[in-house]
Amino acid sequence: MATTTTPTTKGFVGKRVRRTEDPRLITGTATYVDDVTRPGMLYAAVLRSPYASARISSISIEKAASLPGVSAVYTGEDVKAVGPVPCAGSMPTLRVPHHKILAQDRVYYVGHPVAAVVAIDRYVAQDAVDQIEVEYEPTECVADPEKALESDAVRVHPEYDDNVAFTFHAEGGDTDAAFAAADVVVSERVTVPRLAPSPMETRGVVAEYDEGTEELLVYSSTQIPHLLKTQLAVQLSLPENHVRVIAPEVGGGFGSKCNVWAEEALTCFAAMDLKQPIKWIENRRESINVVAHGRGHVDHLEMAASKDGTITALRFKILQDIGGHHQLLTPIIPTLAVIMIPGLYKIKNFTADLTGVFTNLPPTDLYRGAGRPEATYVLERVVDKLADKLEMDPAELRLKNFPAADEFPFETATGLSYDSGDYAKAFNIALENVGYDSFLKKQEKARSKGRLLGLGISTYGEVCAFGPSPALPAGGWESATVRVEATGKVTVMSGASPHGQGGETAYSQLAADALGVPMEDVVVIHGDTGKVHWGVGTFGSRGTAIGGTAVHLALEDIVAKGKKYAAHILNASLDSIQFNQGIFSSNEVEEKLTFQELALEAAVAQKLPPDTEPGLSATRFFEPPNFAFPFGAHICTVEVDGDTGQVEILRYIAVDDIGNVINPMLVDGQLHGGVAQGLGPAFLEEVVFSEDGQLLTGTFMDYAIPKAKDMPWIESERTVTPSPVNPLGAKGVGEAGTIGSLPAFVNAVVDALSHMGVEHIDIPMTPQKVWNLINERSQS
Amino acid sequence: MQRAIKVTVNGKEYEREVEPRMLLVHFLREELGLTGTHIGCETTVCGACTVMLEGHTVKSCTVLAVQANGKNLETIESVASDGDLHPIQEGFWNEHGLQCGFCTPGMIMSVKQLLGDNPNPSRDEIRHAIEGNLCRCTGYQHIVKSVESAAKAMVQE
Repeated sequence: MATTTTPTTKGFVGKRVRRTEDPRLITGTATYVDDVTRPGMLYAAVLRSPYASARISSISIEKAASLPGVSAVYTGEDVKAVGPVPCAGSMPTLRVPHHKILAQDRVYYVGHPVAAVVAIDRYVAQDAVDQIEVEYEPTECVADPEKALESDAVRVHPEYDDNVAFTFHAEGGDTDAAFAAADVVVSERVTVPRLAPSPMETRGVVAEYDEGTEELLVYSSTQIPHLLKTQLAVQLSLPENHVRVIAPEVGGGFGSKCNVWAEEALTCFAAMDLKQPIKWIENRRESINVVAHGRGHVDHLEMAASKDGTITALRFKILQDIGGHHQLLTPIIPTLAVIMIPGLYKIKNFTADLTGVFTNLPPTDLYRGAGRPEATYVLERVVDKLADKLEMDPAELRLKNFPAADEFPFETATGLSYDSGDYAKAFNIALENVGYDSFLKKQEKARSKGRLLGLGISTYGEVCAFGPSPALPAGGWESATVRVEATGKVTVMSGASPHGQGGETAYSQLAADALGVPMEDVVVIHGDTGKVHWGVGTFGSRGTAIGGTAVHLALEDIVAKGKKYAAHILNASLDSIQFNQGIFSSNEVEEKLTFQELALEAAVAQKLPPDTEPGLSATRFFEPPNFAFPFGAHICTVEVDGDTGQVEILRYIAVDDIGNVINPMLVDGQLHGGVAQGLGPAFLEEVVFSEDGQLLTGTFMDYAIPKAKDMPWIESERTVTPSPVNPLGAKGVGEAGTIGSLPAFVNAVVDALSHMGVEHIDIPMTPQKVWNLINERSQS
Repeated sequence: MQRAIKVTVNGKEYEREVEPRMLLVHFLREELGLTGTHIGCETTVCGACTVMLEGHTVKSCTVLAVQANGKNLETIESVASDGDLHPIQEGFWNEHGLQCGFCTPGMIMSVKQLLGDNPNPSRDEIRHAIEGNLCRCTGYQHIVKSVESAAKAMVQE
């Protein structure tokens, strides 16, 4: 029994605790998929289509198969028994073309997998890929979503009578009446190019089949190991309890690894066929080419308002480029743009029409922000246009249309219930931090000297922390198990699958505080379906709000169970038991029990109450009653060089509200990274295809992601409005920066050139594009 | 056709027979099992594969293993000594200079070169020095702070 009352720990939640993940990552000892080796392991490589649209007349594999070191060559015919790549969309109008893991008869985009080789090493596998002879009959293709909708457009899938993949309509209020009654109407058409998610680690799979146990073991660089396990079982016709998926160290995902890929089933098929472990690692060109691109929108937004600046209605049209096939969530992603189109504003009337269109391009799907950056971008552009038209200050216009802090929960016309917020507070801090009024004076002065200064505002909201379950095809919950070992060490098993966010640290902070143990005593296990029994995954800014809450609930159960044991062992009443900083005590007795002592008692089960089972563990699931809604204000100031078109970011101010924070340092990191992925497409990133569907940006030389010198210093601050939809009060932070940043930059550049009559510039705003515009305007 | 090469990696000598086309990064990872060095782009852009060759950083995805014959190499596995982290590693840990960690070994090797050449770099110089190392997670701000923190610690040592 304990005699000491010295605290064994201090509070961790809310502190800038350095990460428990880092020692293995900074010493080169972490294990990513490509670091996994298995005895007798072979290597796979994939042959991909060089045409955007073609019939396959013949494939000759003899030369490839006869190369020394080649174990197998597979074509579509060989793998036709493998189930299709799944799509979770379910809208009534949705067309889902059969998506085979290797093309048979036809290819639909450049990069479409056509055949696969397995060989003794990756060099030989690539040699053999080059030796496969495919005869293609190229057919006419369409690589532009607007052209694909034209009545005479060639059909991507000839079995359908046009290229419409689905349509989706939503409305609220009486939009026509509001437009008819409006004093002003403004509109804008924006294009949001395809983006390559580009995690620094490409995709990779190692698959191994144990003939004895008939278990398929799959290492995959994935955000959703449990969902992948189910899908692989279905695709390969295996009992699900014979499939184990491990997501080892995952080198970034950003949504691109929240998918079920043809190459995963393909590698598994080959491992089962050859009865040897097989590794497939994607190269960067493949990653930029075929890993489902984000965005790919043409958006049109019309806004009605009254003279005093009250925004009354929106008409929103989205054209979503689907590509040649759906991936897991392809048709669902743009619906997130629809539901978030009112942003932070009290807009009572809206209609939205979304059209998904097939093109002869690789699939699109979720990428950080997923639908919400597109909505925020077009909305914030049009709000600025409205301010311009009304000759009203854009900051004042925004403030006028926010719901007040006491109006929450706030019901939107799109059917959402915004959980909590104080939008004006965050925005006013941002305005103060940037020195709004003094910047406007400075801008005017600079303009008179021919210098081009601009300030861009973005006030953004997002929907995240998915569930609840009706909103997610595969369940909107997360699970956690907390197991207290006999020695008092704590094992937390989470169904979330963090891949860089720092979930191990955040969950350890929760456990250390709840149980009064040092953080070093906590181990967090995730990303292994053999160890963690249930899970959904990490995406949609849900790791803390949903995954963290499941951990929190399981910890509460442990404490409740511990108190029951302690009452019996200490011979005190249950009501009198206190648990504080790792010590169970009662005012009825002098004896105390440390958490570690209690853990041992729970395991040896000599003194437990008669009506309890031994052991100290708890499993909980958490499904929220609603989404959470982070928000914030980003303000960017820029100077445009009129001679070169180069834009320099002068200052970048971010004030975000993501609810309660477990670790501010990790949150800062998420926001910085998010801003970088919002600014990348603002002035650098765009996946470019030629008219015949050829990829023109296949390396990091052409597809430019931000480098250290491209990024501004982010002056970040937070307001805290706890979310009422989970007991942690957390909202979610993974995507906020990406959603908030793009419009701030674009609005700033347009502002800098507004006196020349510039109203809009499409992204990415490369120096060439900006210079051309300046040049045109100065000549006209 | 195999070629015999002899290299010193992290102070240890290795003799191996390799194909002339084998990239240094594959040699390090697959022949020697030093998997701390990563492959991000195979085109010399991303810097995940940065190692030191004869005391200078190179991107090991565009060096052939045979070109390293007779030379001295250092990889991320040599940066900590006897279990003690290097101040650069401490800097990255303390300032949250990494998220997924995939770019981190290469980033640390480039920073090692920078701080060897310039013990007190400005923020601008830090950003310039890591321009050959792409990070998709951090937005670089915490990496800059990590390097500043490491530089301070190393000057004080």
